[in-house]
Amino acid sequence: MDSNGIGRPRDLLRIEGLHVSFALMGARITAVRGASLRVLPGKVTALVGESGSGKSVISLAAMGLQAPSARVSGKILFDDPLSDKAPIDILSLPHDGQKIRSIRGGRMGMIFQEPMTSFSPLHTIGDQISETLRIHTGLTGAEMRERCEDMLSRVGFHNPRKVYDMYSFELSGGMRQRAMIAMALVCGPALLIADEPTTALDVTIQAQILKLLKDLQLQMDMAVLLVTHDLGVVANIADEVVVIYQGEIMEAGPVETIFHRPAHPYLKGLMAAIPHFGMQRGDRLKPLREIEVNQESLLSKKYQARTGPDIILSVRDLSKTFAIRKDNWQMPGKAKEKARPAVDGVSFDIRRGECLGLVGESGCGKTTVSKILMRAIEPDTGSVLFDDGRGPIDVLKAKGAELQALRTRMQMVFQDPLSSLSPRMTIGEILREPLDIHDYGDVAKRKMAIKALIRAIGLDEASLKRYPHSFSGGQRQRIGIARALALGPSMIICDEPVSALDVSVQAQILNLLKDLQKDLGLTYLFISHNLSVVDYMADRVAVMWAGRIVEIAPREIIMTAPVHPYTRALLDAVPFPDLERPLNFETAGKTSAVSRESWARAFRDDDDGGDGMAPADLGGGHFVLARRNADVRELSS
Amino acid sequence: MIRYILGRIAVMVPTLLLISMLVFVIIELPPGDYFESYISELRAMGEATDMAEIEELRERYGFDKPPVLRYVHWVGGMLVGDFGYSFEYRLPVSDVVGDRLWLTVLVSFVTIIFTWLIAFPIGIYSATHQYSWGDYGLTFAGLIGIAVPNFMLALVVMYFANIWFGVSIGGLMDREYMGAAMSWEKFRSILSHIWIPVIIIGTAGTAGMVRRLRANLLDELNKQYVVTARSKGLHPMRVLLKYPLRMSLNFFISDIGSILPSIISGAEVTAIVLSLETTGPMLIKALQTQDMYLAGSFLMFLAFLTVVGVLVSDIALAILDPRIRLGGGSRK
Repeated sequence: MDSNGIGRPRDLLRIEGLHVSFALMGARITAVRGASLRVLPGKVTALVGESGSGKSVISLAAMGLQAPSARVSGKILFDDPLSDKAPIDILSLPHDGQKIRSIRGGRMGMIFQEPMTSFSPLHTIGDQISETLRIHTGLTGAEMRERCEDMLSRVGFHNPRKVYDMYSFELSGGMRQRAMIAMALVCGPALLIADEPTTALDVTIQAQILKLLKDLQLQMDMAVLLVTHDLGVVANIADEVVVIYQGEIMEAGPVETIFHRPAHPYLKGLMAAIPHFGMQRGDRLKPLREIEVNQESLLSKKYQARTGPDIILSVRDLSKTFAIRKDNWQMPGKAKEKARPAVDGVSFDIRRGECLGLVGESGCGKTTVSKILMRAIEPDTGSVLFDDGRGPIDVLKAKGAELQALRTRMQMVFQDPLSSLSPRMTIGEILREPLDIHDYGDVAKRKMAIKALIRAIGLDEASLKRYPHSFSGGQRQRIGIARALALGPSMIICDEPVSALDVSVQAQILNLLKDLQKDLGLTYLFISHNLSVVDYMADRVAVMWAGRIVEIAPREIIMTAPVHPYTRALLDAVPFPDLERPLNFETAGKTSAVSRESWARAFRDDDDGGDGMAPADLGGGHFVLARRNADVRELSS
Repeated sequence: MIRYILGRIAVMVPTLLLISMLVFVIIELPPGDYFESYISELRAMGEATDMAEIEELRERYGFDKPPVLRYVHWVGGMLVGDFGYSFEYRLPVSDVVGDRLWLTVLVSFVTIIFTWLIAFPIGIYSATHQYSWGDYGLTFAGLIGIAVPNFMLALVVMYFANIWFGVSIGGLMDREYMGAAMSWEKFRSILSHIWIPVIIIGTAGTAGMVRRLRANLLDELNKQYVVTARSKGLHPMRVLLKYPLRMSLNFFISDIGSILPSIISGAEVTAIVLSLETTGPMLIKALQTQDMYLAGSFLMFLAFLTVVGVLVSDIALAILDPRIRLGGGSRK
């Protein structure tokens, strides 16, 4: 590869002065302004920026896949190591012509953020993977199948023969992303463009996919252009980093330089805006763009001097099993899947004024718990007692006036701020609705309350007349928070409130929630799969796995001295935006279902008749789910 | 799969039974029966009526019996292939209909093929060239196609076909072949006539299908899997045909359910205007004259075809869409 004699490898991909603009409503929106960057052969180059910064546009343009309405100028030079010819300018090739098509899929592969929608659900995995081979090679059917199955086993499928004939929706998100990688790499391309390949995945799955990408990149001596917003991912697998902001390249260089000596203020700001482990209690995130909030307006009587019992919410033995829908299509005699409980004997207390974090991978039952608490789902067994000092309420049995009263005291903030706000109501109507339902004061008083709310979340009163679509994601989420606050609740359930938001606004929302909690004396149940966010927010953390709480302890203990092997695996899988703390891919690259086999016997309840599992008290409010007869000291060793 | 089909067929039985009751009630609803309207028609023309003969006919077909018995008799007859007797034509229903049925099927079948042949390329073009002049032009033409009533189009086309091509279009064939046995000449005559009703009946359907295909395809064209397919280096045309078009076909398959009954009943009004020898005008006449066995059998036949059509489209959907076949609707 070192053939040009200068002693420096030729750039595999070299983008020079790239401009991309789109026609939108008669105007032209410029998405990329004069971006220049390079990708070295056999190296991982990370393109980092927040959403809307133009990073995906660049990655698409590199394969000539930009939308037809895009106007592109500049140069994208691709220097194929397999050919001796001069680099090809991708942009000069005819749109969708023969030449560019032979590069796509053959010499450049691409994977996307959403493994869910990247496959056609109507064609088998094998059909879609072998299609790439069909286009670029002259292999026979049997040879193609062999190559595909070989590739599928290289990306970690144990039974590639079976997967070949499966459909994408029969695979989990992580498995689908593996299949996607197999599809992109089956022709052995020189460059893989990965557009947020792990953003939609759980933290443990993310670690697996990162490990896979790194391994394959080394094995196949391939270059990767990794598009991401996650500096933790960057620190763990990138060799070079390019930072982009509003379509302009801010900073570029080797990963060490970027992390140790960030020069550009934007990059410094981005690093300060991301929650990371080891923050001190009083540390505060610095959002890229600070918002002005005014909570004094909310500090009315109702929030002052509220006293009551120490425990505001007491959950005991919640269980819920969803019936599996009877499958009409299945042939009789085929083994039926046994229904597994979604929530299995969950008990916890939330103290007044604290924030309890609830973490776990997707499907572990954390959202089901929150829905049970809000009475959206009936549990099979269990009890929930709520008491904020105005008399205890049995949450699961409350009816009529009591239920109405409960609704004013316990509210919810949802994950997706767009779909949780009605597009046909103005912000004013959205905020007034809870007040109307609960007959709060008269019209003038309601108006006052709405204005106080909108100021408390840092928006101006003019926004009361606008509709949700005219706000950004972060602003919408603030409106969602204002709606939850409208009735002056004492407890708020936050179900993944920042996971749909961009990193740059995450900090705004987290700080807002923190301030509100402090000023209004709120109690939070904070559900998230993002451990560093929970670490920033929570006082105590409960870790859920397979419908059970496997460990619950004060935040510091969970983060520094976890006992349960699942908690440890979860923490091991979090990528740090810090070069000194690389992921241990050996331990992180296992699914919980597989690694469970290697857990100490004390944490498993499957085999021989033990006497069941129970939380073992390790002292200091630290409980871990273990066998009843397990020795406590043994556990924590 | 087999169990599913059997289950669906089992559900069809009570459905059809319920429909037969409804049909019977609706036919019985207007006061009087065929004989009464027949007598009053004869009287209006000043002819003498042989009351004895009519009473005898009434008795023979059980019109003096209570409705429940008549219903049982009717349904029982249909089960063994006896669709009753048409008083209007003085022939068994099966003889009356039989001749026209295959002509109707021919017209409808050719119309459907015509619709698909025209609608598919236009729909695909419109979707892939959204907001181009071609798209706007085709959309405009399509909207006119939907908006103009069939019978009006029929009159216009009839006029111009006669003036420009000298084709006299009433009917589906030249007069001399009516009632004649099938022959090469008769077939040619039918072919030379059939294109006019096909175009007239097919216009609205074609335009509607273009609109739906365009909308469905537009939804699919921007999906991630289309970019994925393009990133593999697939030819744009192959991408279009293999992925988004296939995905947007579900609506098309669901349509089969409504196509089957419209093969038989479709385009009555156009058929009357063009005096086609199809079953549509016959159904309307039968309903007007309270020719109850003819009308009832017709309606039941339509209901049967609807139910079968829905079953066929459900099975076809399951075969073509693995999400329905394997997902069971329980997975995301």
